[in-house]
Amino acid sequence: MSNAHERVEKNVGLMIVLTLIAVSFGGLAEIVPLFWQKATTEPLETLEPYTALEMEGRDIYIREGCHVCHTQMVRPLRAETERYGAYSVAGEDVWEHPFLWGSKRTGPDLARVGLRPITEQWHREHLRDPRQVVPESNMPAYPWLQENLVDWGDTERTLRLFKDTFGVPYSEQDITEQMNKIKGEWADATEEDALVAYLLSLGQERKEVAQ
Amino acid sequence: MSDFWSWFIIIIVAINLLGCAGLLLWNNQISPEEAAKETTGHSFDGIQERNAPLPRWWLFLFIGTLIFACVYLVLYPGLGKFPGVLNWSSTLQYEKEVALVARQTDPLFEQFGKVPVDELIEYPEALAVGGRLFANNCAICHGSDARGAKGYPNLADDDWLYGGEPKQIIASIAQGRTGMMPPMAAAIGNTDKAVRDMAIYVQSLSRPDLANDADKAAAIERAKPKFAVCAACHGQEGKGNQAMGAPDLTDTTWLYGPRLEDIETTIREGRKGEMPKHENLLSKEKIHVIAAYVYSLSNKSAP
Repeated sequence: MSNAHERVEKNVGLMIVLTLIAVSFGGLAEIVPLFWQKATTEPLETLEPYTALEMEGRDIYIREGCHVCHTQMVRPLRAETERYGAYSVAGEDVWEHPFLWGSKRTGPDLARVGLRPITEQWHREHLRDPRQVVPESNMPAYPWLQENLVDWGDTERTLRLFKDTFGVPYSEQDITEQMNKIKGEWADATEEDALVAYLLSLGQERKEVAQ
Repeated sequence: MSDFWSWFIIIIVAINLLGCAGLLLWNNQISPEEAAKETTGHSFDGIQERNAPLPRWWLFLFIGTLIFACVYLVLYPGLGKFPGVLNWSSTLQYEKEVALVARQTDPLFEQFGKVPVDELIEYPEALAVGGRLFANNCAICHGSDARGAKGYPNLADDDWLYGGEPKQIIASIAQGRTGMMPPMAAAIGNTDKAVRDMAIYVQSLSRPDLANDADKAAAIERAKPKFAVCAACHGQEGKGNQAMGAPDLTDTTWLYGPRLEDIETTIREGRKGEMPKHENLLSKEKIHVIAAYVYSLSNKSAP
């Protein structure tokens, strides 16, 4: 018995199997149960699906790498809720694919930015040239957003994907409505319009508990 | 959490702990004496590897971690639905933290709230608190030094769009302000020349020396009668009107820039400035303290 560990050490196949079992324990206890918890699988009652414009804005947010410097995750700490607003809960991210929690705050958290008393005009000026409004800012400027028109080519597919695959409750009527707006009032929307619409939508589901 | 998942987690945690303990015992069945005789069979150039037992200090540390885990699981949540005897949760900890700070700061804000704004600027602690609140809530537009930016008023220069009395500052913060200058090109002749003439006239209100230039003097003469349409808001003299936030055009403060091009753009396209309301976001006392901070920027306390 005293040399039994030899069997594991000299048998790579057995060692791999035992290692996998040992490693899987953490995931089994900490991750697997979450797939069946209401707190993580049920959206907040106040959660609204993105409009087509916000959805495109979200894609621009991802394309421009905003999530690399901005988190969308307010932790339950007083210093954070004082600055940003109500702390994040799992139910607000059920329809987020991929989620944009981020992992590093070079800039401030944006999970509640739509609830801050910031005007649309400020967002536009700030995106075009951050130092125009915040002289000490080190955020890059995104002046091309105001010139590029939104590419609506994949929007219907995106909405249907979120509806069918991710269970976001868009009805057929919602999608028709959104498509009509794309042809109508949003036909000439710029990428800046879309991104600002997305930013202003952030946090609305937690409006009631904002402070 | 359902009972199934609760037990699922409890059992995995138990297996994990028992597994670690078992592995330890299993590997510790070798005595130092036995070990001295035995080798693992590895031999390299005559150097043999002994089948040594675990070092004692390491062994005790490992046992220590197992004991720590058991104590932790009794005190804190970790075993499925069992909340732990301390009843700790991140939400509760957050609420306690908020309540603790509220207990500390509420009396302070209450005390500050009772002091009129123009007296509160004599309280350095109040101004320090106000400065922090300003940095978090106002600096994004008005700048960390409160000196504003193009389109966002400078709050430190004792020049006010909506008035600089404490009551007016509090109203600006609490209810917000909406400033609107309509496009005026059509009203003054709708030609580039008319717009330029008016811009020169507006510029001359704070720079009378412009009239020394013959071309500019002519432009001023052409634009002067048309200024009547501007006077509705800015006043006949161009002194502005704080009741509607119409800027004084005779001073050297320019919200949207002093250059001729800036003034022409303002005339041609109009301007819209919005100060959002904060009464839903900040308590009355906090607004009071921020107002004192803003007031202190242009009203120095008595030396």
